[in-house]
Amino acid sequence: MMISGRLLAVMRKEFIHIIRDPRSLVLIFLWPVIMVLLYGTAITFDIKEIRIGVLDFDHSRVSRELLRDLTASDYFRISGYLDKRSEIDDGFLKGRFTAVLVIPAGFEKQKALNTGRIQLIVDGSNSNTATVVIQYFKSFCMLHQWESGVAVSAPLSLHPRVWYNPDLKSAHFIVPGLIAVILMMICAQLTSITLAREWETGTFEQILVSPVLPHEIILGKLAPYLLLSLSVSVVTLAFSVAVFKVPFRGSLLLLLVLSIVYIYASLSIGVLISTRARTQQVALLASQILTLLPSFLLSGFIFPVLYMPLVLKAVTYLVPARYYLVIIRGIMLKGVGPGDLAQPCLLLVLFGTFLIAFSIHRFKTVLEKAPWAG
Amino acid sequence: MSPPAGRLQGGYSVVVEDLSRSFGDFCAVDRISFQVKDGEIFGFLGANGAGKTTTIRMLCGLILPTSGRGLVEGLDIGKEAEEIRKIIGYMSQKFSLYEDLTVSENLEFFGGLYGLSHAQVTRKVKESATAADLEAFSGRRTREIPLGLKQRLALTCAVMHNPHVLFLDEPTAGVDPISRRDFWALIHELASGGTTVFVTTHYMDEAEYCNRLAVMHKGRIAASGSPKSLKNRYQKGSIEEMFIGLVGRERTADDD
Ligand SMILES: Nc1ncnc2c1ncn2[C@@H]1O[C@H](COP(=O)(O)OP(=O)(O)OP(=O)(O)O)[C@@H](O)[C@H]1O
Ligand SMILES: [Mg+2]
Repeated sequence: MMISGRLLAVMRKEFIHIIRDPRSLVLIFLWPVIMVLLYGTAITFDIKEIRIGVLDFDHSRVSRELLRDLTASDYFRISGYLDKRSEIDDGFLKGRFTAVLVIPAGFEKQKALNTGRIQLIVDGSNSNTATVVIQYFKSFCMLHQWESGVAVSAPLSLHPRVWYNPDLKSAHFIVPGLIAVILMMICAQLTSITLAREWETGTFEQILVSPVLPHEIILGKLAPYLLLSLSVSVVTLAFSVAVFKVPFRGSLLLLLVLSIVYIYASLSIGVLISTRARTQQVALLASQILTLLPSFLLSGFIFPVLYMPLVLKAVTYLVPARYYLVIIRGIMLKGVGPGDLAQPCLLLVLFGTFLIAFSIHRFKTVLEKAPWAG
Repeated sequence: MSPPAGRLQGGYSVVVEDLSRSFGDFCAVDRISFQVKDGEIFGFLGANGAGKTTTIRMLCGLILPTSGRGLVEGLDIGKEAEEIRKIIGYMSQKFSLYEDLTVSENLEFFGGLYGLSHAQVTRKVKESATAADLEAFSGRRTREIPLGLKQRLALTCAVMHNPHVLFLDEPTAGVDPISRRDFWALIHELASGGTTVFVTTHYMDEAEYCNRLAVMHKGRIAASGSPKSLKNRYQKGSIEEMFIGLVGRERTADDD
């Protein structure tokens, strides 16, 4: 696609809009930092002192060792001992425990033969907590080389999942995910609002009687916001590493390049919205509906995609945050290289390009056929 | 670059035949026909809701007609809107420049939309009749400048690319008489340069400035001709009396 003078004119104008509104600019940079701070700390506090009930059928030296290890960590606290399995439900109902650790009879002997297994039964009524508890318990077992099996009580069935987070710090895991969620929301809102504002003020009509082409309007508007969102992501990233000491094991350059791709895909959601939305309010609402819940719930941020029902799993493919989550967690926590991230990157490019092409097509139809109100 | 003589259509810049536009059941423009000669100032007169804006938006390719035909410089408004956009200028009824941009940034942006370079825009602005005012305010945000100047700025933006036909939708609404007179001086200057000007207005005194007029009422053209011939035909001393006579007469007819 050629870079025309018209495209440059639109880009330049959009840049001016952005810098002319310093109050919004400050908000755009501040909001993600505040979100990371709030959610990052809230979730970190949550996971301390998980209340564990103990059902020890073995009463051996090894089982006492296990319990000592457990209490030695900051993350678990033994808040009661049970005698029978039938007491577990009652304990959950009364909220005395978040999880119950079952040590079977003969554990010590089996442990000597390397077949000793313990079981953790987790209260699944708060699935978030349950997920966190499972992660922590698994990490704990790995650390102390205890074999375990995990079960979750009704009403929710959850499957265990191992987070790549050996330090038992959930903030490390949560914060990169938060960045993904926040970026997607900001990007969609910014673009959808800037286009809707032009419908509102009537300037869109003034532009449409000029020879400017739909793709020039859209790409001209995207470019400045791509840059803006990239700066936001850099600031948020730096803040997260500084405050939460989130490790950064991979390549910063790779993360930045892939962030551009992710921002591109997220901005395209806003463009799509603006083909419909004629007021800023509608645009804001639509972008919140389309990004907030999906990026939280259907991206793997809170619930692992792997264990979602098939239908939901299929929907996650339409949520850009899903791909970026793999990218940012991979690069920051695991130091993954470009080879492993080619697939999510490619899918993000496809996603963005498809939405933008579709939106340009829609704008053309608006110009050629469909009359609009106002 | 001077506008060519009305090609293809015998000296007419705009030709409209049986043009209609409905919104749902409501017919905003009802089978109107008229012609605008090359280089003339054509006034469109009508009360609120008469269908003036709807007509202009069809001619600019912003909405499609429900039926009928319209040609602008020989180009079909239904099929060749993209070509039409290159040769027309449009000033919408609602002020629609960017208020947070400065005067010169607005000029540059709209010039840029027509592919004009920075130097071309600067030259064009220098040549324009409002050069002095625009110069004085060039660094100011557009929201801060007086309304009269805003409208002259909008006009300058709309003619940056030397359009053949200029559509002005109530360009002088809400400004003081002096600013209106200044504005009309600009319109005359453009017309004498060969630009066809299609202008809607509520002000009857402005109608007298036009070469020819069409009076629109409830989506139909009630009368058309030069101001003089219209006054003669309806035996009135001014366009205002003629207008009230026309619209009033139809009203009584409706009541029957
Ligand atoms: N997009 C639309 N949808 C529905 N009705 C519309 C639309 N646009 C215009 N109308 C109606 O069509 C009629 C003619 O409107 P139009 O704007 O053309 O009038 P006008 O002559 O320009 O009036 P004014 O002097 O107030 O600007 C009005 O009754 C208006 O409500
Ligand atoms: Mg109007």
